[in-house]
Amino acid sequence: MDAILLQILNGLDKGSAYALIALGLTLIFGTLGVVNFAHGALFMIGAFCAVTMQRLFSLSYEVVDETQTDFLGNPLKVQVPYVEGWFGEGAGTTLIDWSVPLAIIATIPVMMLIGWAMERGLIKHFYKRPHADQILVTFGLAIVLQEFIRYFFGANPIQTPAPSDYQGTVQLTQAIAYPVWRLIYFFFSAFVIAGVFAFLQFTTFGMVVRAGMADRETVGLLGIDIDKRFTLMFGIAAAVAGLAGVMYTPILSPNYHMGMDFLVLSFVVVVVGGMGSLPGAVAAGFLLGILQSFASMNEVKSLIPGIDQVIIYLVAIVILLTRPRGLMGRKGVMED
Amino acid sequence: MGILEVKGVNKRFGGLQALGDVNLSVQENTCHAIIGPNGAGKSTLLNVLVGKLIPDSGSVMFDGNSVLGRKPHEINQMGISRVFQTPEIFGDLTVIENVMIPCFAKRDGAFRMHAYETVAAEKDIREKAEAILEDVNMLDKLNMHAASMSRGDKRRLEMAMCLVQEPRLLLLDEPTAGMARADTEATIQLLKDIRVKRGLTMAIIEHDMNVVFSLAERITVLAQGTPLVEDTPDNIKGHPKVREAYLGEAQV
Amino acid sequence: MFGLSQKDTKFLLIVVALTLLTPILLNPFPSESGLAQFNAGYPALMQRFAIYGLMAIGFNILFGLTGYLSFGHAAFLGVGSYAAVWMFKLLSMNVLPAIILATIVSGLFALVIGYISLRRSGIYFSILTLAFAEMSYRLAYSVFTPITNGETGLQLTLSDPRILDSAPEGGSLPVPTLFGLDMNASWTANVGPWDFTFNIGYYFCAVIAILGFYLSLRIFRSPFGMMLRAIKSNQTRMSYTGLNSRPYTLAAFVISGMYAGLAGGLLAAMDPLAGAERMQWTASGEVVLMTIMGGVGTLMGPVIGAGFIKYAENIFSKINESVLHGWFGWLPDGLEDIVVWFFARFVGEGWHLTLGLMFMIVVIALPGGLVEGGQRIARWVRRKSGRETAADETTKPAE
Repeated sequence: MDAILLQILNGLDKGSAYALIALGLTLIFGTLGVVNFAHGALFMIGAFCAVTMQRLFSLSYEVVDETQTDFLGNPLKVQVPYVEGWFGEGAGTTLIDWSVPLAIIATIPVMMLIGWAMERGLIKHFYKRPHADQILVTFGLAIVLQEFIRYFFGANPIQTPAPSDYQGTVQLTQAIAYPVWRLIYFFFSAFVIAGVFAFLQFTTFGMVVRAGMADRETVGLLGIDIDKRFTLMFGIAAAVAGLAGVMYTPILSPNYHMGMDFLVLSFVVVVVGGMGSLPGAVAAGFLLGILQSFASMNEVKSLIPGIDQVIIYLVAIVILLTRPRGLMGRKGVMED
Repeated sequence: MGILEVKGVNKRFGGLQALGDVNLSVQENTCHAIIGPNGAGKSTLLNVLVGKLIPDSGSVMFDGNSVLGRKPHEINQMGISRVFQTPEIFGDLTVIENVMIPCFAKRDGAFRMHAYETVAAEKDIREKAEAILEDVNMLDKLNMHAASMSRGDKRRLEMAMCLVQEPRLLLLDEPTAGMARADTEATIQLLKDIRVKRGLTMAIIEHDMNVVFSLAERITVLAQGTPLVEDTPDNIKGHPKVREAYLGEAQV
Repeated sequence: MFGLSQKDTKFLLIVVALTLLTPILLNPFPSESGLAQFNAGYPALMQRFAIYGLMAIGFNILFGLTGYLSFGHAAFLGVGSYAAVWMFKLLSMNVLPAIILATIVSGLFALVIGYISLRRSGIYFSILTLAFAEMSYRLAYSVFTPITNGETGLQLTLSDPRILDSAPEGGSLPVPTLFGLDMNASWTANVGPWDFTFNIGYYFCAVIAILGFYLSLRIFRSPFGMMLRAIKSNQTRMSYTGLNSRPYTLAAFVISGMYAGLAGGLLAAMDPLAGAERMQWTASGEVVLMTIMGGVGTLMGPVIGAGFIKYAENIFSKINESVLHGWFGWLPDGLEDIVVWFFARFVGEGWHLTLGLMFMIVVIALPGGLVEGGQRIARWVRRKSGRETAADETTKPAE
């Protein structure tokens, strides 16, 4: 029993990330009809928002500390972060320690701005073009964004630890000790997902968007300017991907190609969930995350060698062949 | 015994009875029109005939063979061609290529791996394609991109593509929908000429009564998925049930 | 000639001539000059031009003609490489059996993957091919280690059986040959300040690539090719014309898979090792980039695209800031630094950025790729020189 629970828990953090990225992809696809291959890059940029925050907080000036000396007997020069200078040592250290969660505050406007710029600057010209063109141009954009990040942050993964209070494990049952941050990540994702759904469900704006997802033309005929709202949806989707990235950094040290790595998997998730279905994307995200963690159990691996490497793709292939609209997709989406 | 025999076909979509016990017999070398108010099931029937939809019950026999359960391309190879309401053509190809493709389909069947021959060497096919394009007055547009033509030209091209296959049954789905008066007349004339020249069995769905009465020899009136009457155009004109079906619709 | 129209024959002959003269054409700068670093006429790079050109030609048969966008073609390249190296290990260092087996094995592999993937179209097809390729890539790293030698990659060893060859002399690894002609053998001609390297391996690849190009030309001009274009244009009309799209697309898929496998076999023939990283989906993405960049659906475009990307990868990436300082030394100091800084972003390690940007520009504004760009410039030049005739306007790009 514990073993099963453990695998489910182990699948949650990856599943949460998949679900969040797939949710954004589906929002964009459902509202704008655009297949966005740059969505993984948005996830990556989110992660690097956390890195930037950490670097900003750690920006330091030099002071000469008379109380300490180096081995030659000269007074020691000490790097003091500005934040410590401004807010006092205790508050400053806490700020640096908390840079990942604090980055959330900066990430939301930054990502919405990036999403808005992407939509207005590029994507909107591709609404009427074939899906293949959309894939290609966003693929090109993903390469460009990835290279920018590599230029500014280098090619190596950058450690961005969680606040020190949340680095340990928590004893869930007697047998299971689970990393605290992963639990936080799961609840955080659940919160974001709930937020997005509540937004769509209970605001007039959300209602229009949902109606637009169901039948774009009719809503357009009602005289509602769908496009303006959809631009905002692109910003929201980008913010969701960014949030997924920020909070994921303590689990996986961000590197410039993490976007591409997650992109493929999240597309698989979207397809399994059903193109255009938001609940499908979320469900499939968690489902595949958990399946993947079950497949990496030694008992399973010894039974079917290599299954942990391919389980997600295998599921995707089977679903696509037997149920092309995915678990919860509507019929006819993107079928000829 | 007609070339096309539809017997007791039923089709439901959820709670809606789209086709209810439809019987239809199309005789060889006639033009058979199927008319009826909107939602009468005309398009559903057509889609059953070409294999796009499979009915819940009943039989559809074409020249003694069942078409049910066959794929659209198999049904086409049996000799049924279809003209669509909005022309379905190969927009990226030239006009002559559009017509050569059905010629290849007719000669080589549903698939042939002729990857090493050249199109240029297929003189017979080209002649055949040019002959039909002459019939529809499109010889001057041979190398035009099909997508760049007017709707009327696309319609004529689509008909040429169907006719070049020498189908044993040509299904026409509102061939004059959205056409100007003059184009409609030209289309009627075109179909008449081709029937005289090539002898052709046609089943036509049409709203325009002018078209129906100038072409059809038999008319079936569908209403709410069921055939109301089947008769000659003259008898249909004054038929009370037909008037009821159409007027009933008009009053709603 | 060769069953082609006069125009196509001329076109083919030009391509043949250019290919055979590549070692000269790509070395336009004297070896001692400062511009020598732009010379691309060295064997390893020329081989890559031919090999990736061949792969892009094959990819274009699928994507250019039918419009099915596969994100899994690198898997066939990888399988071809493995098959070829195994041939080198087990049978003989002769390259012919190796590339033949590479083509056959990848063809069978493509048959299986294509048969399944082509049940869906559009983005679903793309994702299916992507999923298959990623599976192959990951399995090559894990379960299939006995065949692929995992992360180390498959290499030749002295203890390989090589049943047709005699034991290697001197304890060094044998090199791939074509009936005694070593693939790595080169002959350098010194013409004045210029050095031209003629390499056996390159010419072998070039001949195969020309054959591949010729075959693709035939396919483009064949009824089969016309059917593939028809599928791209309108599948509904296709089936209501009595044609079954599935075997046509499958045939195109298998043919393009065999091109990729052949390319993989040639890669192994030039350098007898094979690694799983060749199968990664980003490698598939590179072929897509090449084809689009050069001009999808055109005959020559994919080759140009492949050449461009490989050139950028090998030449642009070597330009660093000190080289740039050398070029812009004549500028005032402050300006020089700015200009150098700016250009440095796009060369050296930044060449990926250049690639991504150019790719986006092509997709946004030049659907016909570099080929279309060239045609537009040519038309513009003609218009400028006032020699334009009405005929030029209506001439459609044939290539």
